[in-house]
Amino acid sequence: MRFLFKTDYEDDIKLFPHSGYVVSYGILLALLLIAPYVLSSYLMSQLVFVCIYATVGVGLLILTGFTGQASLGHAAFLAIGAYTAAYLQKYNVPFPVYFLAAGALTGLIGAMVGFPALRLTGIYLVIATISFALIVEEILARWESVTNGNEGMRVKTLSLLGVTVPRDSPTFYFLCLAVLVLTIVGTLNLLRSPTGRAFVAIRDSETAARSMGVNVALYKVKSFAISAAITGFAGVLFAHKLSFISPEMFTLQLSIEFIIVILIGGTFSLHGAVLGAIFIVMIDPFLTYLKDDLPGIIAGIAATFGAGAATAGNIQSKVAAFASLNGLKGAIYGIIIVLFVLFEPLGLYGRWLKIKLFFQLFPLYKRATFKRQKIYVKSERNR
Amino acid sequence: MLDFVQQLVSGVALGCVYGLIALGFVLVYKATEVVNFAQGDLMMLGGFFAFTFIGMMGLNYWIGFAGAVAAMALFGMLAERVVVRPILGYPQFSIIMATIGLGYFLRSVAGMIWGTDDLKIETPFSHGVLRVGSLVLAYDKLSVIAATMILCALLWLFFNKTTLGTAMRASSENMLAAYYMGIPVKRVVSVVWAISAAVATCAGVLLAPITFIHSNVGLVLGLKAFPAAVLGGFGSIPGAVVGGVLIGVIESMAGFYLAEGWKDVAPYIVLLAVLLLKPEGLFGLHVRKKV
Repeated sequence: MRFLFKTDYEDDIKLFPHSGYVVSYGILLALLLIAPYVLSSYLMSQLVFVCIYATVGVGLLILTGFTGQASLGHAAFLAIGAYTAAYLQKYNVPFPVYFLAAGALTGLIGAMVGFPALRLTGIYLVIATISFALIVEEILARWESVTNGNEGMRVKTLSLLGVTVPRDSPTFYFLCLAVLVLTIVGTLNLLRSPTGRAFVAIRDSETAARSMGVNVALYKVKSFAISAAITGFAGVLFAHKLSFISPEMFTLQLSIEFIIVILIGGTFSLHGAVLGAIFIVMIDPFLTYLKDDLPGIIAGIAATFGAGAATAGNIQSKVAAFASLNGLKGAIYGIIIVLFVLFEPLGLYGRWLKIKLFFQLFPLYKRATFKRQKIYVKSERNR
Repeated sequence: MLDFVQQLVSGVALGCVYGLIALGFVLVYKATEVVNFAQGDLMMLGGFFAFTFIGMMGLNYWIGFAGAVAAMALFGMLAERVVVRPILGYPQFSIIMATIGLGYFLRSVAGMIWGTDDLKIETPFSHGVLRVGSLVLAYDKLSVIAATMILCALLWLFFNKTTLGTAMRASSENMLAAYYMGIPVKRVVSVVWAISAAVATCAGVLLAPITFIHSNVGLVLGLKAFPAAVLGGFGSIPGAVVGGVLIGVIESMAGFYLAEGWKDVAPYIVLLAVLLLKPEGLFGLHVRKKV
C-alpha cells in the first residue's frame, strides 16, 4: 500500500496525487484516442453519447453532488443549450460563437433559476425544478417563431473553422471528448479553489458555512449558473449528434436519467458522472443483446442440464416472449434504481473504491469500513 | 356566468382528484417525512385492481371497491417494507430516487399485465346528471367531490383525535424519541403506507369513469398533485385538498379563458409563485431552527 506524505496544502490539492494517476489516466486517454479506429460505428456513436451524458453528469454533480441542491430540471438546461445552437445556426453564426453563446445563455437562465431556489430546500427545490422544466418544455412547444413548435428543428451539420464535421465522424467524437475532458479538468480546478470549498461547505451544513463567512446565497447561485452552463454546452453537442431536436426529447424522463447517471455512478466524485454515463448509455445495447441472445443461451443451459430438445425449445420461446414484453426496460430501470439506492449508495465508483481497498489491504479488509450508520428520522421542518 | 360556474364545478371535481392523490403524499410526509414519488402509480395500480375485481371478475361495484382498497393497503405495506424501510432516515434525495424507481417499476409491470389500452370501469356514477336550474352536474364528478370531503374529514379526525394519529405525528418529529416513548415506530410507518395506498386507490377508482385507467395515468396526475400538496403546505391534510381544488380550478379556468397551452403550465406557474412568496405553502407551519 502506498502512503502519501503531505507536507503542505499544495500537496493536498494536487490534481495528480502521485505518479500512478498520470500513468493510468494517460493509458485511458490513449485508449480513448485510438477508439475510433478500433470500435464499430455503432459503439462509437454510443461513446459520443457517453461523453455528452458524462458532461451533463459533471454539471449536475457540481450542483447536486457538491453543493447539495437536488435538481430534476436539467433536461430543460440541455434543451435551452440545444435550441440556442439550432436557432443561432440558422443565421450562420460560426460554431465557436454559438457554442459559447449557448453556454452563456444557459448559465444566465441557471442563475435566474438559482435566485428563487435560494429560499427552497429539499423536496421543495426538487418540485420547483420539476416545474421549471415542465414550463420550459411547454414554452419550447408553443414559441413557434423561434423553436418551430412541436415539429422540431433540424440542426445542420457542424462546421468548425470551415471544415464540416459530420455527426458520426471521429472528429466529432474528438470534439465531444475534448469538451468532456476540459469540463472535468475545469471542474477539478473549481472544486479545489475557494469556490469549490464553499460549495462543499454549503452541502455539509448551511448553518456552519454561513457562520464561517461563506456567502451562501452567492455561492448557491454560482453553483446553479456553472452547472447550467456546462449542461448548455452539452446541449449544443447533443443537438448536433441527434441532428434534429423537438420538445418531447427534453422531458422529465431525461432529467430523471441524468439524476440516475450520478446516482448510479456515485455522487461524491467526478468519476461517478463518467461511470454512470457509461452505464446509462450502454444499458440500451445490453438490453437489446439480452433480448436477442438470452433465450438461446438459457435454452442451451437447460439442454446441458439434461432437458430434452422439446423442453429446451419451449423454454426458449417462453424466455423470448418475456424478453420482448413491452416496458421491460422500464421495469429493469426501476429495479436498478431501487437496488442502487438500497445496497450501493456510493454508486459504481464506491464499489470500485471498495474493490481497490480490498486488494490494497488484503487480507485485512473489513466490511465495516463502508458500513452505513443507523440513522433515525428527525424532522427537517424545523431546519 | 353559467360557463364560469360550469368550469368552476368541473375544476373543483378535477381538483378533488388531485387533492386525493396529494392527501396520500401528505399522509406519508406527515408521518415519515418521506416524499413518495410513486403515489400516482399506487393510484394507477389501485384502479387496475378495481378493474380486475369489477370489470373482469364481475363483482359488485362496492365489493370490488373494498377489495381493491384492501389489496392496495397490503401492497402499500409491502412497498414500505421492501423499498422504504431500509433507507428510512437517510437523506431525502435517496428516498425520492427509490420511490421514483418504484414508480418506474410499477408503471412497466402494470403495462405488462393489463396492457397499454385505456380501461374503463362501470360504476353507479358513470351515467346520469344532476340538474340544478340550468347547471348540469355529472354524477361521476359529484361523487369525487363528496368522497374527497368525507375522506379528508375522516383523515383529519384520525390524525388529530386518535392515539395512533398522534403517534404518527410524534414519529415524524423525532423517530428515536417516539421510540423511547413506547411507540412501535416501524408498525406505525407501515400503517401509514397502508392508509396512503388505500386513499390512492379511492382516487383511482373514483377517477376511472372520468379519465379512464392506463399505465401512465399515475405519472400524469401525480405530477399535478405535487403542486397541490405544495400549495397546501405539504404537511396539512385540509391544505392538500384546498391546494388540489385550487390547482384544479386554475387549470380548468386557464383551459377555458386563456390561449391553448396555458392549461398545462398554469398550475406550475402558480406553484413557483407560491414557492417564491410563501415557501411553506398556504397552510404550512413556519418554524425557525433554534441554534
